[in-house]
Amino acid sequence: MTEHSISITVNGEKRAGHVEARKTLADWLREDCGLTGTHLGCEHGVCGACTVTIDGDAVRSCLVFAVQADGAEVITIEGIGGNDGTLSPVQEAFRQCHGLQCGFCTPGFVVSVTSFLESNPNPSEEEIREGLSGNLCRCTGYQNIVKAVQMAAEEMAPGK
Amino acid sequence: MKPAPFEYHAPETLADVTSLLAEHGDEAKVLAGGQSLVPMLALRLTRFEHIIDVNRVAELKGVERTNGTLTVKAGTRQAAVEHDANAGAAVPLLAEAIPLIGHFQIRNRGTVGGSIAHADPASELPAVALALDAELEIAGKSGSRKVAASDFFLGTWTTAVGEDEILSAVHFPVWDGNSGFAVEELARRSGDFALAGVVAGVQVDGSGTVTKSAISFLGMAPTPVRARSAEAALTGTNPSADDLLEIARLAVGDTSPTADVHASAEYRLHVGAHLVARALDRALGAARS
Repeated sequence: MTEHSISITVNGEKRAGHVEARKTLADWLREDCGLTGTHLGCEHGVCGACTVTIDGDAVRSCLVFAVQADGAEVITIEGIGGNDGTLSPVQEAFRQCHGLQCGFCTPGFVVSVTSFLESNPNPSEEEIREGLSGNLCRCTGYQNIVKAVQMAAEEMAPGK
Repeated sequence: MKPAPFEYHAPETLADVTSLLAEHGDEAKVLAGGQSLVPMLALRLTRFEHIIDVNRVAELKGVERTNGTLTVKAGTRQAAVEHDANAGAAVPLLAEAIPLIGHFQIRNRGTVGGSIAHADPASELPAVALALDAELEIAGKSGSRKVAASDFFLGTWTTAVGEDEILSAVHFPVWDGNSGFAVEELARRSGDFALAGVVAGVQVDGSGTVTKSAISFLGMAPTPVRARSAEAALTGTNPSADDLLEIARLAVGDTSPTADVHASAEYRLHVGAHLVARALDRALGAARS
């Protein structure tokens, strides 16, 4: 099979490689870039664990082929916090509110919530639940995730 | 890597897309947003020798308003239309229906034309296209043609688009006057495929009498279906809540739901009728306000 040359900016760093067209962006991030924070649950677009942003939009990286992201800017969970390891407001809120238990789904939630709050900085609880509906968590029952989003929204509010 | 191997093409013009389709025919599949195709490839429910990725074709993106028509190029992302206030004002059913598609991460990638060309019987946009009598523009190597929505959906996942053609644009009629619209559906979880759903549009005159109506179903037959007898019964009347229930019962008579693991056919008929009454009530409220 033909391999395609690609160059994708991941978390601000340009990464080049050669991929088979059928390799998903999720697999490329994990296997070729070693960025294993992006988790794969269902691998067919249901669970949301593999959520990353492409050119600013949150998407499921298991439903995009790496070759399709050639030239794009991708942010993964590794690019959400500070370079020195400080947590982002969303990550800190998940920790404070116990918004995770086993943690498998958490990268997808954090990337999705970060993107959600950028477009909707002051959401109602109903909007939060709608915004979370694309990510599955089997541990928490979601209550503490909703609280984490509320706390993150407050922390990120202008003037805070 | 889960999908079977394929040759990948990323043309940048519609002419190159149609040339590739003419060359490869049924061995090729168009990849738009990929939110249905990629899962099917990953699960190996299907495989193609050639995948033609149309995401880099600028001609297939954008929304244009001309007299009486809103044209959505097929490759326009659902999220782009969802957040386009002018598009929502021109065709309120798009603003009603698109938020019900999957989740925001799906709509960031999924396209309007992709959803319609995929023609899943439970999806929202095919039912919107059918309710509004949209025209579907189909491009092939020898040119393009327009097909009425009523002639477009042939069966589950089957449309009038030939194997060497691509859906290139959707032309939605813009309703004038005092119009109101609603989409109502029932799904087990937010973002799931609906068990049953209804798309409704009504136009009323100054006295509140219905002068035009459109009702279509999703998830109630192998294709989206129009409830033409119910539309005929509604138009020319000033319906009460009881009348709406009567019209709703008439409407489900045009459907042929099947049973599956999620719901029985009887349940879908029951729910479908209530959704019609609810959608018409809300659409009439919007039209009269």
